[in-house]
Amino acid sequence: MKFGVVQFPGSNCDADCYYAIEHVTGQEVRYVWHEETEIGDLDCIVLPGGFSYGDYLRCGAVARFSPVMGAVMTHAAEGKFVIGICNGFQVLTEAGLLPGALYRNDHLKFVCKPQHLRVERADLPFTHFYSPRQVVEFPIAHGEGRYYADPETLARLEENGQVVFRYCDAEGNVTPEANPNGSLNNIAGIRGEGGNVIGLMPHPERRCDRLIGGTGGKKFFKGLAESLRVLEISRGLR
Amino acid sequence: MLYHVQIEITLKPTVMDAQGTTIEKALHKMGHTTVGNVRIGKFVTLEIEAECPNCARGAAEEMCRELLANPIIEQYHVTVVESEAVA
Repeated sequence: MKFGVVQFPGSNCDADCYYAIEHVTGQEVRYVWHEETEIGDLDCIVLPGGFSYGDYLRCGAVARFSPVMGAVMTHAAEGKFVIGICNGFQVLTEAGLLPGALYRNDHLKFVCKPQHLRVERADLPFTHFYSPRQVVEFPIAHGEGRYYADPETLARLEENGQVVFRYCDAEGNVTPEANPNGSLNNIAGIRGEGGNVIGLMPHPERRCDRLIGGTGGKKFFKGLAESLRVLEISRGLR
Repeated sequence: MLYHVQIEITLKPTVMDAQGTTIEKALHKMGHTTVGNVRIGKFVTLEIEAECPNCARGAAEEMCRELLANPIIEQYHVTVVESEAVA
């Protein structure tokens, strides 16, 4: 199994993601330059946080047209795993790989702090090492993280169980006070209809080492590696 | 012909505009109490080489749909302001 971490001009969480994957899963990982078009060797690709293309026009709007994104679209269409964290989530919505949009926080400020989240789906390839409705604490760091979707799309997301993480307080209560940016329904992370694409504003990769504040993010990457391992075994049996 | 095009991009009326709301409050504090519905957007100007004004408009609208605006949250208004012969 092999992981890739995309580097757009302006990405700044690429090294954190690389470290988290290598350190937590012990699996092979490589950087993917934004001009690359061949990623067939990868089982999972991560679009990291940062300020791709200076966040010009809208966050993720320009990154969407990088050469690598064509390969990412193919990768996703093949059912392989795609993870977008923070700016990566913004790129995935701009590219139409995930529904909705992320725009300016309701209070207009850049928010950078530890944030409690409730795991809404603990039965997914990324989250199956967490318990249902477990409260985790990942850092958030964004100015444009307010999730929006039109009422029909939002209803469909909720019906299909596509909301994976929700902003909450320390007890797991999903309240307006616990919402750090004005996201609809306190949405912090969603998955696509196919189930293989996930996007989230919080940073699990920054919670993979006790030295930098905690290890609550490890289960995200461990769970993912375990899912890939099972997939490899089932492929081998076929 | 070379056409000058102006594009206004704003959040859709159904999308809450936090910048607009904040600026509206500031204007009220300054005494401009009759002000309402303040919306903040982006203004893009560009030049397009096209056969006709409508061709220039069509091209600009395509650019809006593909890149300049995000149709999920934004609306756009294209104005073809002037044209002049290419020297």
